[in-house]
Amino acid sequence: MSSAPAPPVRVGHALSGIFVINLRGDVLLMRAYREDIERHVLDAFRTQILNPRDDGFATEAPVRRIGSVTYMMKRSRDVYVVGIARGQGERGGPGDANLMLGFTFLGHVVRLCNQYFGACDENAIRGNFVLMYELLDEICDDGYPQITAGETLKTYITQKGSKLEGAIGKEAMERSAAEDQRRAMEAAKQVTSAVQWRREGLSYKKNEVYLDIVESVNLMMSAEGTVLRANVQGSIYMRTFLSGMPNLSVGLNDRLGETTRVTSRGEDAETSAARDRRLIDLDDLQFHQCVRLDKFSAEKVIEFTPPDGEFELVKYRVSDNITLPFKLMPVVKELGRTRLAVTVNLRSLYGPTTVANEIKVRIPVPKLTARATINVSGGKAKYVPEEGCLRWKIKKCAGHEEYQLDAEVLLANTLEDHKPWVQPPINIAFHVPMFTASGLRVRFLEVKEASNYDVVRWVRYLCQSGGSSSSSYEIRCA
Amino acid sequence: MSSHDSRYFSSHKKGEIAEWRQDLKRNDRDLLKTTVKRIIAAMTVGKDVCSLFPDVINCMQTEDIELKKLIYLYSINYARSNPDLAILAVNTFVKDSQDPNPLIRALAVRTMGCIRVDRIVEYLCDPLHLALRDSDPYVRKTAAICVAKLYSINRELVIDRGFLQQLNGLLLDDNPMVMANSIAALVEIQKGSCAQIIDSSLLSRVFTSLEACTEWGKVTILDCLAAYESTSATEAEHILESILPKLQHANYAVVLACIRVILSKLHQVQHLRESLLQRIVPPLITMLNAEPEIQYVALTSISEIMDAFVFPFLHSYKAFFCKYNDPSYVKHEKLNILVKITNENNVGDILLELKEYSGEVDIEFARKAIRSIGICALSVPEYSQGCVSALMCIIDTKVNYAVQEALVVLKDIFRCYPDRYESVISRLCQSLVSLDEPEAKKSFIWILGEYADRIENVIDLLRTFIDGVDDEPVVVQLQLLTSTVKLFLKRPSEESKSLVQQMLMFATHESEHPDLRDRAYVYWRLLSHGGDKVASVVTSHMPAPQCNPSS
Repeated sequence: MSSAPAPPVRVGHALSGIFVINLRGDVLLMRAYREDIERHVLDAFRTQILNPRDDGFATEAPVRRIGSVTYMMKRSRDVYVVGIARGQGERGGPGDANLMLGFTFLGHVVRLCNQYFGACDENAIRGNFVLMYELLDEICDDGYPQITAGETLKTYITQKGSKLEGAIGKEAMERSAAEDQRRAMEAAKQVTSAVQWRREGLSYKKNEVYLDIVESVNLMMSAEGTVLRANVQGSIYMRTFLSGMPNLSVGLNDRLGETTRVTSRGEDAETSAARDRRLIDLDDLQFHQCVRLDKFSAEKVIEFTPPDGEFELVKYRVSDNITLPFKLMPVVKELGRTRLAVTVNLRSLYGPTTVANEIKVRIPVPKLTARATINVSGGKAKYVPEEGCLRWKIKKCAGHEEYQLDAEVLLANTLEDHKPWVQPPINIAFHVPMFTASGLRVRFLEVKEASNYDVVRWVRYLCQSGGSSSSSYEIRCA
Repeated sequence: MSSHDSRYFSSHKKGEIAEWRQDLKRNDRDLLKTTVKRIIAAMTVGKDVCSLFPDVINCMQTEDIELKKLIYLYSINYARSNPDLAILAVNTFVKDSQDPNPLIRALAVRTMGCIRVDRIVEYLCDPLHLALRDSDPYVRKTAAICVAKLYSINRELVIDRGFLQQLNGLLLDDNPMVMANSIAALVEIQKGSCAQIIDSSLLSRVFTSLEACTEWGKVTILDCLAAYESTSATEAEHILESILPKLQHANYAVVLACIRVILSKLHQVQHLRESLLQRIVPPLITMLNAEPEIQYVALTSISEIMDAFVFPFLHSYKAFFCKYNDPSYVKHEKLNILVKITNENNVGDILLELKEYSGEVDIEFARKAIRSIGICALSVPEYSQGCVSALMCIIDTKVNYAVQEALVVLKDIFRCYPDRYESVISRLCQSLVSLDEPEAKKSFIWILGEYADRIENVIDLLRTFIDGVDDEPVVVQLQLLTSTVKLFLKRPSEESKSLVQQMLMFATHESEHPDLRDRAYVYWRLLSHGGDKVASVVTSHMPAPQCNPSS
């Protein structure tokens, strides 16, 4: 490989401000962090972005530049949360906005809204604007994000979200000024400590840890049944109710971790080879900030002091040796100009003891569909005109089962030019508890704390698809 | 839920300002809070509540943190427009900056920095000096940023009063957050440039802070490390060793900042180049499973990195296949990348994908996919046959825009590989539907002229165009003129001669376009001289189109 010039190092500019705008263009709130933005920055946004002149697809991109101002738009339900950055630089040049910083920060804003008042939409924001102002003031100073960890913020945010108002609100009201003071001192101390995400002095009667491995399967399969692309995006979620400052370690059956452990223990070749077959190759791992990354990179052990309550410990990705939970074979035949015959065969591929639930198959049909006669060997199916598809629901499906759907679709007879119909892919959504497509398992979960208390541990697995915009299990038809 | 704070927005009646003024004077904490919230609500919707400034400021002296925060919020908004009144608030700010509660001290310093009134700045200096030396790190980290704010209001003051030295001193602070914020402030003072903030003596401290500071602090520190010019290969290697674990961080901004450091040090560690580049790929691909905005930024970054290094991504080309439900901006970026990544090993798979996309409902995207097929054909000559077959399949669908786009692409392929794919021409002529786009018409007419000797009904086809030449845009007229002349040279006959004459007459007499007229005169003169020379001028081969996937 010849030595090509290095790509430009893109160093970011801080955020100049943030505003929330609804789809009609009303500004719900705005917080300017710096001097360099004025009201006209909003007007430019309204006239040039919200009501764009027709310049094609580019209008949809989440990043727009008008003059030296960069707008980063994050859609959340019926509002846009927009970050503004001002750079003198060219696109991608040294003065350009740090887009990734902007969007991850906006992501945190949306997450905090959800945490504090249950939603990030127009109603919720209008209903909690004082809290929003306080939050925006605390999490960013002069355009530099400060502390965004939800648990920590709660120790010094005074406004209560409508979601939290009940119990906590009352408690806060009854607190004396002196108590407030003491809490504030503690908060300030915690916020800047090395373990910013956990309060000291927590105490539970019953110490519990929940660990959930949740995998989203992404699949793209051709009509012939070839896997075009498959990967698993997994997360390990934890909920911890532990006293004191515990130290946790989690072991998985991944190859990286296992080989280091085995070699250090010096097992004989045979057992390690046997074990090798069940080891999972993780393509990538991303850890919550509590995980000691240097320790992981040296010893491949996931070690951490957890935040209190719920958090996502690890995100991981696997793309080899994936056990697909379902196989689907579609056959679509055009019977003349106005009739289609659709046959879909669904097979579950997991073990007989596992049961999947809430399986939903969406089979798109042409817009002109007048009606459909459907026969299924299991579950329920109907034609849903507003979605332009046949929807087939199966409540429960055990392993190694097979279901079939036969449908005859009648199209409305129009004089319009008959264009060949390009069928969009069929989509399946499902939940398979106690199953992982990657085969990942928790090997151990250790909790160490100075007082050496007993801990109840719970480990669960879930394999799913169709839960979010970024996970889909699709089978193409043509 | 909506009833929570939204009640403050309602009940805008006359005289409310006077009423609020009265309420502010009562000594009732809860009423005060409600009133200030009402005032802030009015401020948010753009009402002028500036006249209440003195009354609100009067309530500033309170033990209640919540109320204090509300009033501070109000004063940030109006202090600038009321410098005279803002002076009234200064005393409270200064007093608050010595409050026993560190949160209030920090709040006072932070807010004073936001009130950009020159006259207040003087009063800010003493509290800021104290805050920078405060025993509580929370106050120090706020004060560090405040120096940058002060600098943007009055830089001489910052320099004269020695704030820069104090800020530089904070780089050695034991608290990682204070250090990270000091770095951020220095970056800000240097107008966003991260250069020369870190020097080698500071490196080991920087690494310690990098472990312990917040995720956002990590981004700042990593950016400075990227800008830092390491003095030796060993040092560069050392830096890389310390930052590589950050590729595993859950915050994508940290991951990308880490990648920037790696790229900036590559030239110093040639022997590690390949392995380093391999390591940055998995986290980038993982971002493609995040929410669409993150995907978009990741894709643009990948695309940029690919301009320098494609090879690390070659194995992952399938990650850039478009899902049916991807937002259109994600699809477009993915397509750009697919074109860049195509090589002789993966072209088969990618071509199948492109063909799939050509049938998408998003017409703009479908067209781009068809154009991409053309680029594949030009960049991987071994597979051009496959590309041509794919394009012919698209033409067979008879979907109007797809056919026209495919036609344009085919023309380029014919030019690039002369005498290889002419066999498809007759099939092409049969499947054509009505062309209505100038670019497609032009391409088709070019094909007719170029291969006039192999297309049987070429005269009829050209005649239909010539009959309607009046209404065509000038690019089509120009092409029509050239192609008619080519036809005459390749198939001289009475019929073709009359077509040429018709075209020349039109161009020289009816058209008012100078280019068209000039070209017609040139042809006319050449033709009237006769002989082989005309053919060597008119029917010479055009140079093959240059394939440049990045454009």
